[in-house]
Amino acid sequence: MADSTLPIDASLDLTPPREREGRLLETLHSWVITIDHKKLGLMYMMMAIFFLLVGGAEVICIRIQLALPNNHFLSPQVFNRFFTMHGTTMVFLVGIPLVFAFTNYVVPLQIGARDMAFPRLNAFSFWMTFFGGMLLYYSFIGGGGLYGMGNAPDVTWWAYAPLTARAFSPGHATDYWALALIVTGIGTLGGAINTVATVICMRCKGMTLMNMPLLSWLMLVDSGLLLVVITPLTAAQVMLVIDRYLGGHFFDTQAGGSALIWMHFFWIFGHPEVYVLVFPAFAIASEVIPVFSRKAIFGYPAMVAASVGIAFVSLGVWAHHMFTVGMTSAGNAFFVLSTMLVGIPTGIKIFNWLATMWGGKIRFQIPMLFCTAFLFQFLCAGLTGIMLSVAPWNWQLHNSYFVIAHFHYILVGAIVFNTFAGIYYWFPKATGRMMNETLGKWHFWLFFIGFHMTFDIMHYVGFLGMPRWIYTYQADRGWNHLNLFISIGGIVQAIAVLIFAYNLIWSLLRGKIAGNDPWDAWTLEWSTSSPPPDYNFATEPVVYSRRPLWDLKHPEDPDWKYE
Amino acid sequence: MLRQWFRRTHRIALVSAMVAFWVGIAWAEGPQSTPSIYAPASTPAGEIQKLSYFVLEITGAIFFVVAGLLTYVVIRFRARGTDDASEPAQIYGSNQIEIAWTVIPVLIVVVLFLTTARMIFAIQDAPKPKSALSVTVVGHQFWWEYRYPDLGIVAANELHVPLSSTQDEKPTFLKLLSADVDHSFWVPQLAGKIDLIPNHPNELWIDPMHPGLYVGQCAQFCGVQHANMLLRVYVDTPDQFAAWVKNQQQPGLQDASVAAGRRIFETQACMNCHAVRGTAATGRFGPDLTHLMSRDTIASGQVPLTKENLRQWIKSPDSFKPGSLMPAMQLNDGQLDQLTAYLETLK
Amino acid sequence: MSAIPVVPSGHVEEWHLPSRGRIGMYCLIIGESAIFTIFVVAYIFYIGKSLYGPTPQQVLEVPIINSIALLSSSVTIWLAERNLEHKKMKPFAFWWAITIFLGAYFLVGTGLEWHKLIYKDGLTISTNLFGTTFYSLVGLHATHVVVGLSMLLLVLIFTLTGQVREEHAHRIEVLALYWHFVDAIWIVVFTVVYIVGR
Repeated sequence: MADSTLPIDASLDLTPPREREGRLLETLHSWVITIDHKKLGLMYMMMAIFFLLVGGAEVICIRIQLALPNNHFLSPQVFNRFFTMHGTTMVFLVGIPLVFAFTNYVVPLQIGARDMAFPRLNAFSFWMTFFGGMLLYYSFIGGGGLYGMGNAPDVTWWAYAPLTARAFSPGHATDYWALALIVTGIGTLGGAINTVATVICMRCKGMTLMNMPLLSWLMLVDSGLLLVVITPLTAAQVMLVIDRYLGGHFFDTQAGGSALIWMHFFWIFGHPEVYVLVFPAFAIASEVIPVFSRKAIFGYPAMVAASVGIAFVSLGVWAHHMFTVGMTSAGNAFFVLSTMLVGIPTGIKIFNWLATMWGGKIRFQIPMLFCTAFLFQFLCAGLTGIMLSVAPWNWQLHNSYFVIAHFHYILVGAIVFNTFAGIYYWFPKATGRMMNETLGKWHFWLFFIGFHMTFDIMHYVGFLGMPRWIYTYQADRGWNHLNLFISIGGIVQAIAVLIFAYNLIWSLLRGKIAGNDPWDAWTLEWSTSSPPPDYNFATEPVVYSRRPLWDLKHPEDPDWKYE
Repeated sequence: MLRQWFRRTHRIALVSAMVAFWVGIAWAEGPQSTPSIYAPASTPAGEIQKLSYFVLEITGAIFFVVAGLLTYVVIRFRARGTDDASEPAQIYGSNQIEIAWTVIPVLIVVVLFLTTARMIFAIQDAPKPKSALSVTVVGHQFWWEYRYPDLGIVAANELHVPLSSTQDEKPTFLKLLSADVDHSFWVPQLAGKIDLIPNHPNELWIDPMHPGLYVGQCAQFCGVQHANMLLRVYVDTPDQFAAWVKNQQQPGLQDASVAAGRRIFETQACMNCHAVRGTAATGRFGPDLTHLMSRDTIASGQVPLTKENLRQWIKSPDSFKPGSLMPAMQLNDGQLDQLTAYLETLK
Repeated sequence: MSAIPVVPSGHVEEWHLPSRGRIGMYCLIIGESAIFTIFVVAYIFYIGKSLYGPTPQQVLEVPIINSIALLSSSVTIWLAERNLEHKKMKPFAFWWAITIFLGAYFLVGTGLEWHKLIYKDGLTISTNLFGTTFYSLVGLHATHVVVGLSMLLLVLIFTLTGQVREEHAHRIEVLALYWHFVDAIWIVVFTVVYIVGR
């Protein structure tokens, strides 16, 4: 690893040496009251990793139950709660926090700012998200006793009406779902406002929008998208609460209300939401692939345009989740077209990443291993997405295990893989230590193998007619061995994730000292010390191109000559 | 040397794998216990299969090109120990390339979209021929109600439809309603699925071309026993269908030897939920039992209909289907025996 | 000293970025517009679909005076802002107080309208689809008025205790943006509920 030394004094830490903070309470207190973007970013990350493990535990139980037909490991009530909580946890308590983890930690450093635009709003947003998660998980013990898992939501993470009406969901399970997510939604809205204001208003001198690192661009677009889509979910959940507690009729089919309108509102949020979740993966790929290929990103303006394009088009595809509800043929056809169109800018991004690697000198360290797997898996997921956009074929595949395979290819194959890439990449910056390379390789290969064991086969069992959300299945349907194989793959992935957790802790305590710039990278965050001082930069940086550190390291051939 | 191995052996292996895959899920003739979408026995399912092959060819081609490029890049441009420390040539972009790999996907999308749209209209807006049979499907938590308005039949959980052929077209047009929450009717060998949504009637048509039993299940989460809301569609030859219809149209058989059981049925609140045509029992909340014994299964396809299972079901529905909406009626053994005997006469 | 060794020639730069407060408020307004859009869509979708109970034509009276009051409060708040920019504290406080009065007048008017609807016409949120969508949409708007008024009141208190000065004009302007948003939403709600829906 080349560690560059730069003639820039931004890395000088001018804070006077502190007395050793021996007291645990003082340290914890400083984290609890912090408004510093770096600490809050790490707290979002810790929250995401924690809930990743919890959601993972839920799905391991699910896979044990499904490994054999007519199994009795979980009762139907518990199974239904577990898959509802698994989905809700992964989307709202892992996916969204990951967006804000990377945004908070990296964006101010990349744009040469001292902090986010609204540091106190930042802290408020984190704690609202966290408390929302606590409220959601309190449902397990809130009433009904532990066996049967209390009142945890059991209506799938979509919470379709009228299953969520008081008549069909007595008790408080649905209320925990709605209220906890309203709380996290407030935190998400605050985070999105903060990100947009930060990127627009806090860039250092010379960093025009077209000079900004792609991660910051993608987080800007991501938060802009969030602004428009998170509140529709809040609106729908408020309507649900009004129905359940004030006798409202928004989704009351007996009073002339419509079950479909819940679906429209939910998916107007739900589809753009999955783009919100995948943008950090795009962002990380756009940072890691150039550095490890030793080349500038190919087609920066096209990448920006594609990202903005994806965000806009994603607002118009939602009813491809509703091809089977009985829309008109014209309605179905429209959403087929819009869905296929959103595949175009997405494909353009893949091509640009490939072109970045082309002609490079690729170093396959751990971040790049994960990013390469991401490229392969994201390609596959995009193609199965095209398959699902073909409405008549969707009439067969909808709500089958094929769909589960498709979206886990994105959520795990793209998002989780690149989250790992991002963690291995920025862990040295945040902690000053490198992560263990050997443990990293074990982590990568086990996770890759387990992932493909589970999710490749899952496509096939969907072709064989296995639907979602079933706690058991008939033994004569031909799904037995496939499910067992899928479950074993899940165990392999779990082992890999445990190795990763161990690596995190080991590296914190014994990792090699990293220095400012262990990867020989080119964006501003690598000009600070590792970890950066509280104030980030001693003097405000001035930049002239997209890769300020490349310009410094290659004064004979700076980027601004070519851009 | 590696390259040589790669070329020959891998090619053979690849082709064999593909053949095995497609044969494995190839078009089977007739019904099977695995509800595969690739064993169509009816026009909608068959058309979808053909469309899917077309799409797979296109996506397969894209996959091989892009994954091939990725593989090539990973091997060819790997940093090697012998490399010097210089950076490779920095290429910032190319407008021509960007246009090229925008235009080509657009063309692919146009082709895919037009093909897809044509099939959407063909299947969804297919006109209903005069020879079609009309069936109304009502989804309940966790069973299926079938009404044949033109034939005066009300049945449950096992759908009988006539065989259709090119010489004698007799498709079945389903109208789908829901009595409570959202459900979804999915029998993969016959058609794509369609949802049953309260206050929003939907339609589906099938024209099954091979007789036999086709299976499926509810595909939209509807509550605790969603997993056991199974579908059984019996495609009958013309004779079989006529016989079934004739039997279903009869009112419930009155057999004096099971009068005790019938009295239990009528006094123990069974008739609040269940109907037996020709008697005082007219309940609509649970399945119609007029011809219970004409079915192969109970609990919406979950267990075979045998005397023991029937008795156990009445004694404790939760023992088969925990969370089922049928309550245990707290009957003693004698009552259970009499009641079961009565029900066994409802052929 | 910035240690950048090589600088492109002729590189003169004025570096002006928008204000955080304004951008942040615009973002909040976008998010809130999305939530209102959903309630408006629900309202429009359910027009004429109630199976029973009072209809809009039967019970709704167009709240002209109320609306004039609320919309003129946008004018008065603008006047207040202008005065603050020119350091005229007393006129600022005056027009600010008028704005609050007009907003409170609107709320009282809404309360009276609801009182009549509930007790005289028997329309509650649980009566029918019209009741549910009406009270939700108008109530959501009224909630935003309440929040806005609380903020305006806070500023008035700070003004009367002499803590607001001309240098706070920008922050006041950001708050006023929120108030303008609340008024603009009322135009939409008014049109949908009292004109289109009747």
